[in-house]
Amino acid sequence: MSTRLQFALGAGLLIALAAIPPVASLAGIPFLLTLFTRIVIVAIASVSLNLILGYGGMYSLGHAVYIGIGGYTVGILAFHGVHSGLVQWPLALAVSALFALVTGALCLRTRGVYFIMITLAFAQMVYFLTVGVAKYGGDDGLTIARRSSFGGLVNLADRTTFYYVSLAFLLAAVLVVWRISRSHFGMVVRGACANDRRMQALGFPTYRYRLAAYVIAGTMGGLAGALLANQTDFVNPEMLSWTRSGDLMIMVILGGSGSVIGPVAGTVAYMVLEEVLSGITEHWQIILGPLVVLMALVRQGGIVGWLSPKRHA
Amino acid sequence: MPDALVRTRGLCKHFGGVVATDNVTLELNRGEIHAVIGPNGAGKTTLINQLTGELFPDAGSILLDGRDITREPPAVRARAGLARAYQIVSIFPAFSVLQNVALAVQATQPHSFRFWREAARDARLLDPAMEILARLGLEGRAGALASQLSHGEQRQLELAMALATRPRVLLLDEPTAGMGHEESRHIVSLLGTLKSDYAILLVEHDMNAVFALADLITVLVYGRIVASGAPDEIRGDAEVKRAYLGEKKKAPRRTGAAD
Ligand SMILES: Nc1ncnc2c1ncn2[C@@H]1O[C@H](COP(=O)(O)OP(=O)(O)OP(=O)(O)O)[C@@H](O)[C@H]1O
Ligand SMILES: [Mg+2]
Repeated sequence: MSTRLQFALGAGLLIALAAIPPVASLAGIPFLLTLFTRIVIVAIASVSLNLILGYGGMYSLGHAVYIGIGGYTVGILAFHGVHSGLVQWPLALAVSALFALVTGALCLRTRGVYFIMITLAFAQMVYFLTVGVAKYGGDDGLTIARRSSFGGLVNLADRTTFYYVSLAFLLAAVLVVWRISRSHFGMVVRGACANDRRMQALGFPTYRYRLAAYVIAGTMGGLAGALLANQTDFVNPEMLSWTRSGDLMIMVILGGSGSVIGPVAGTVAYMVLEEVLSGITEHWQIILGPLVVLMALVRQGGIVGWLSPKRHA
Repeated sequence: MPDALVRTRGLCKHFGGVVATDNVTLELNRGEIHAVIGPNGAGKTTLINQLTGELFPDAGSILLDGRDITREPPAVRARAGLARAYQIVSIFPAFSVLQNVALAVQATQPHSFRFWREAARDARLLDPAMEILARLGLEGRAGALASQLSHGEQRQLELAMALATRPRVLLLDEPTAGMGHEESRHIVSLLGTLKSDYAILLVEHDMNAVFALADLITVLVYGRIVASGAPDEIRGDAEVKRAYLGEKKKAPRRTGAAD
């Protein structure tokens, strides 16, 4: 994957995404802003999943749990009258990080299909917890009366402001993953993905590096959750259902895992397609599913892969 | 007598009914090449795997510089100064040749929890890596993907990575296997020059190389040491001739066990 192509694609995406609020208001389609706010937030989660999936070969099927944890942390605090974002958000990240640390410590002892299953199992545990706790709405979810307040700093109740805040966080997430993937740390994670045995023989205790990557990814997922809870003013168990985790995985692979910008493109493509197809038929999943599989089969490397010149074998 | 850098005592390893290592006691000293020879399946690779920690012995102990490392994991031993070159090439095919070696250099740093600076531009990794590549005659291939190297070049890269971790002990599992004549001569002469700085365990099927390089030769058959001594003693040993040297002089084989 050439760096220049990624930059071009990234710059193009950024300009297009930055243009959404004026376009939505000029065209008189406020829903466009709602859709793209959601897309931008979910893209943060995709980008974070890509750090472990694309670079670390850790195929987590439970990444949506961090969206749930981040979201519920905000929701539960708001429920108890704590509305300050300076409390809510750091706590959302901290709880996500802690969950990633504890579960990752166990998950990363396994490989391949076992890893997929155990990440799924931990996510399901939290899912059933959210369904079961009636105090916080159980199945029905929890309505958030007020968005996180940051004093006079920013007003998240303003839709356009909220969108640009989300976009700024996405940009930051991309930048962080970009730097990490090429750093010393990133080389260890990538090396452990390609040939863990050799890495250990060279003297790298790879487990702790992979775990650290897992925690970073989970924390960023928690940020997406805190944002999403604010966008919808609502959290429910569906946010962290395993199909959401599956969607994230598809977005990453569709866009091109292992390229920094790929998951953003994958998220935009997937969610726009979902929106368009669901307007045509309620059985949109029957179309979208095979379409994604087909795209993955036709050429590896996802959207970013198709755009780049053919690599020699 | 100075204490050996590496010392094994009574190492044993079974795979089901197969005895792969049978009461092996040996030493590696700095400045010496200790060749371990023996027929296919004699347990040479298994012995190295136990030294590196990729396999734990069923019985016996391994000391590195007097410290018991029998139960230490591979990464700890590597940081303590053990490095290996695999019999079956084990590199990072999607990384460039330079990146492969730079990663090995990186392994010598106290830790890799550095999240921001680009590794591929870090002169503290690249300069030593280039130096080692030059030493192996691979500097012209630095930018190539490791997967694009010829088999012989990949074996050189394998050795370059081992050297890049700045080890005290080199465990070399058939470093010249599958190499062309020129490459193989280059490696043999390189090993000769490396000798003074390392304790080297050399598994090698090319007997010319073994007798040219080794200070000490140990012969393994069915996991057991059947003879051990200076090259001249081994050359004259009747049992060795019968068990090994006599029946297969210069066995040009490429088969190997699980690695
Ligand atoms: N992981 C394993 N599981 C089961 N048996 C094994 C394993 N590794 C090695 N063996 C067996 O142990 C014995 C010693 O194998 P090893 O690879 O150490 O021999 P070697 O001396 O390196 O042979 P070669 O010259 O072919 O490389 C062989 O009988 C082999 O089949
Ligand atoms: Mg072998």
